[in-house]
Amino acid sequence: MEEIIKAEDLTFWYSDIDEESGGTENRVTVFEDLDLKIEKGSFTAILGHNGCGKSTLAKHFNAVLLPCGGKVYSAGYDTSEADRLFDIRRHVGMVFQNPDNQIVASVVEEDVAFALENMGVPQEEMRQRVDEALKAVNMYEYREHAPSQLSGGQKQRVAIAGIIAMRPDCIVLDEPTAMLDPVGRREVIKTIRRLNREEGITIVLITHYMDEAAKGDRVVVMDKGKVILDDTPQNVFSHVEMLKSVGLDVPQSTQLMYLMEQSGMPCDLHVINETACADFLYRLLTKTKLEVSLDNKA
Amino acid sequence: MIIKLEDLTYTYSQGTPFEKTAVDHVDLEIEEGTLVGIIGHTGSGKSTLIQHLNGLIKPTSGKVYIDGEDIHAKGVDLKKIRFKVGLVFQYPEYQIFEETVYKDISFGPRNMGLSEEDVDRRVRSAAAMVGLDDSLLDKSPFELSGGQKRRVAIAGVMAMEPKVLILDEPTAGLDPKGREVILSQIKEYHDKTGSTVLLVSHSMEDVARFAEKILVMNKGKVFCYDDPPGVFTRAEEINAVGLSVPQITKVFIELKKRGLDIRTDVYTVDFALKTIKEYLEEKGGAVNA
Amino acid sequence: MLKDITIGQYFPGTSVVHRIDARFKIVITAVFIVMLFSASNYSALCVPLVFFAIAFMASKLSAKLMIKSMKPIVPVIIITSILNIFFIDGVSVIKIWKLNITDNGLYTSGFMIIRLIALICGSSLLTYTTSPITLTDALEQMLKPLAKIKFPAHELAMMMTIALRFIPTLIEETDKIMQAQKARGAELDSGSIPQRAKALVPILIPLFVSSFRRAEELALAMECRCYNGGEGRTKLKTLVSGGKDYAALSLSIFFLSVVFILDLGKVSF
Repeated sequence: MEEIIKAEDLTFWYSDIDEESGGTENRVTVFEDLDLKIEKGSFTAILGHNGCGKSTLAKHFNAVLLPCGGKVYSAGYDTSEADRLFDIRRHVGMVFQNPDNQIVASVVEEDVAFALENMGVPQEEMRQRVDEALKAVNMYEYREHAPSQLSGGQKQRVAIAGIIAMRPDCIVLDEPTAMLDPVGRREVIKTIRRLNREEGITIVLITHYMDEAAKGDRVVVMDKGKVILDDTPQNVFSHVEMLKSVGLDVPQSTQLMYLMEQSGMPCDLHVINETACADFLYRLLTKTKLEVSLDNKA
Repeated sequence: MIIKLEDLTYTYSQGTPFEKTAVDHVDLEIEEGTLVGIIGHTGSGKSTLIQHLNGLIKPTSGKVYIDGEDIHAKGVDLKKIRFKVGLVFQYPEYQIFEETVYKDISFGPRNMGLSEEDVDRRVRSAAAMVGLDDSLLDKSPFELSGGQKRRVAIAGVMAMEPKVLILDEPTAGLDPKGREVILSQIKEYHDKTGSTVLLVSHSMEDVARFAEKILVMNKGKVFCYDDPPGVFTRAEEINAVGLSVPQITKVFIELKKRGLDIRTDVYTVDFALKTIKEYLEEKGGAVNA
Repeated sequence: MLKDITIGQYFPGTSVVHRIDARFKIVITAVFIVMLFSASNYSALCVPLVFFAIAFMASKLSAKLMIKSMKPIVPVIIITSILNIFFIDGVSVIKIWKLNITDNGLYTSGFMIIRLIALICGSSLLTYTTSPITLTDALEQMLKPLAKIKFPAHELAMMMTIALRFIPTLIEETDKIMQAQKARGAELDSGSIPQRAKALVPILIPLFVSSFRRAEELALAMECRCYNGGEGRTKLKTLVSGGKDYAALSLSIFFLSVVFILDLGKVSF
C-alpha cells in the first residue's frame, strides 16, 4: 500500500529555558526516533492520554511543527522544504479541537471559501467546491448562517468543510470532539467516517475517546512519546490491562469480556462494541449446559 | 429538604420570536447530603435549572427554596445564597485570574468577609481536597496543566464551603484518567463533608457509577428522579427518547429485543457480570461446568 | 443583558435596501450624515429625516428594532440635552432656582437630539441591512486604490472580518465569566466607582487570557488553510453594481442639494 504520511526516525524536543538558573536550556524530548506510516485511504486513530505527544505528532503531519531530527514526508513532500509548505497544507488538512477558534468568517459559506480564496481559485469553481464541501458534511442548508448560531457539532462540521473544499488527500483531526456534547460527537464521527468510506479521504483521528478510536481501521496507542500498540481496534482493545496502565480505558463491552475472562467464563476480548457484545452474549446465553461445558473443555 | 423547586418555569427571550421555554413547570425536592447526577441533552434545560439554584437566573414563574428559604423573597441577600450554593461552571479554568493559585482559590472566601486565618484554612483544605500539592499554591495558575487549572477552579468554589456544590460538566474535555481523578475527588468531597452535590454530566456511565440519585431532564421537564436502580428500570424508555444510556445497558436492551428473558436495568459492568452469571444459573447454563 | 445589544447586527432580507451594492450604501450613508450635519435649521433638518423614512420603509424592517437600537445611547442623549438646555444663553422661558431654561437652549438641544437619533438610526440601517462580511468586502474594495500608497487595505478588512466574527463569541464569553465570578461572590453592580473598577479585574483578565489563546489558535488554523496575506487572493462573492445603485445614490444627492438650498434660508416651508 502507498503511504500518504511517513515519519522516519522522528525526533522532537521543546526548549525550556530556565530563567532562574541563568538561562540554561532544558530539552524536553517529546519523541525520539519514532517511525510511523499512514496508508492512503485508511482511517487511523491515534489514541493516548493528554500529554502523551499525540497532538505534537499530528502537528508534524502538515508542517505546523518541523522535526528536530529525522524526516516527515506528507503527500510525497518532505515537510522541512519551506517552499512546499502550501502544497503540503493543501494535501494534508488539519482540523483543531476548538471549533470556535478556527472559523474565520461570520457567514458559513464565506468561511468554507476561505482556503480557496487564499489559493486563488477562480470564482465559478470556488462556488462549486464550496457547495460540494458543505453538502459533504451535511451543512448545505446552513450556508448563510452565522457560526454563532450553530451548535458545537455543526461548527466543527463547518470547519471540516473548510478543509474538504481544498480537496485534500488526508485530513488530520486533532481531538475534534473533545469540546462537544454526545450528539455533536456522533455527528462529527459519522461525517468523518463517511468522508473516509465514500470520498476515499485518508483520516488521522487524534482522540482520547476509545469509542471513537474503535470506529477506525487501525488504532495507534501512544504513551510518553512512544507507540506502544499499533493494530486493528479489536486487537488493540484486547490489551485491557496495558491500556489501563497508561491511563486509558476500554469500551464497556470489552471491559465486561475482561471480567468474564477473569472469572473463568468463556469470553471474546475482541468484542469492542455493543452489537458484537450482544451477539456473543446471545450465543452464550442460549447455549445448553452441555454445550457450554464442551466449549470449556475444547 | 435542602433544595425545593415549586412549579419552576423559565422562558428565554419572552415576547420575541425567539421565545423558548427552557425549564417547564418543574417540581423537585432534593434531600440534604445526596450526591445527585443530572443528565440530559444540550438544551434539555439542565444548565438553566442549576443556575436558578443560586439565584443567577430569576424564574419566570415558580419558587426556589434553599434550606427552606424562598431565595427571591423580599429581604433575602442573594450573595449569601451564592455562598450557600456553590456553582462550578463548565470549563471553570477560564475564570481563573489571580497571580497565584492561593489567591485565586481565596477569591470566594474573601468575598465572604472571613478572617485571614479562616480564609487560609479553607484554601488549604480545598486545595488538598482536589489533590493540589502545597508547593503549587504560590505558582501562577497560568503555568499549570489544563487538568490542574480545572482543579484550582473547583477548589475555588469548594473553599466557600457551600452546603450545596453544583458542578456543570466538571470532566468535559478531560481524558479517561483525568475524568476518573476528578470524579473520585468529588465523591470524596461529598463523603467527607456530607454536603449535597449536584453533578451535571453528559455521561450516563460516569453518573451511574458515582451518583446516589439521578435526575434525568428531557425537553425542560423532569423525565425521572430516582436512585440508579430505579432510573434504570426505565432504561428502555430512556434509550428510546434518545438519551444516552451506558453501552452496557444497550447490550442488555439488545439481548431482550432478540427474545431473551433478561433484565435491562443493568448500568455497570460489574452488575452486567452478575446478571450473566445469574441468568446462566437460572436457565440451566453452567458457568464453570 | 449583553445579548440585547443590536448595534452591528445584521437582519437578513431581500428588500431593495438589502440588495443595494454595499459600496453604494456606505457612500449613501455618508451623504446622509453630511445632510444631517449641514442642515442648519429645522426645515432643512426635515429633509434627511424624510430621506431616512423612505429608506427605512423600503427596508421592511420593524420599527421595534430601530427603537431597540436606541437603548445604549439614551444616557448620551440625556446628558447632551441637559447641557444644552441649561447652558446656552438666550431668552429665559422657565426658571428653576438658579438655572435658566432658554429658548435658544431648547431649540439647540432639540436639534441635537434629532440629529443624534437620526445618525444612529441611519448607521443602524446600514448594518441591519448589510451583512458584516459584505460591508468589509465593500470597504476593502473602496480602499484598494490606496494600497498603492502602502495603505493596508486587505489587512484592515481581514482584521474587521475577524473582529466581527468574534464579537458574539466574546460577548457570550464575557457573560459566562461574569456569571462564574458572581457565583464566587463577586459584586459587579454595587459599590463606589473605584470599587466597581476593581471588580472588573476578575472579568477582564480571564477575557484577555482567552482572547490571546483564541488569537493564537486562529492564526494557526488560518495558516493551515494556506493564508498568506492579500496577494493573489480571489473572492467567493464580488460586488456588482447596477442601475438601482446609481438611482439610490442620485436620490441621496438630490436630497442633499435640497438641504443646501434650505440652509440658505431663501426658501422655506
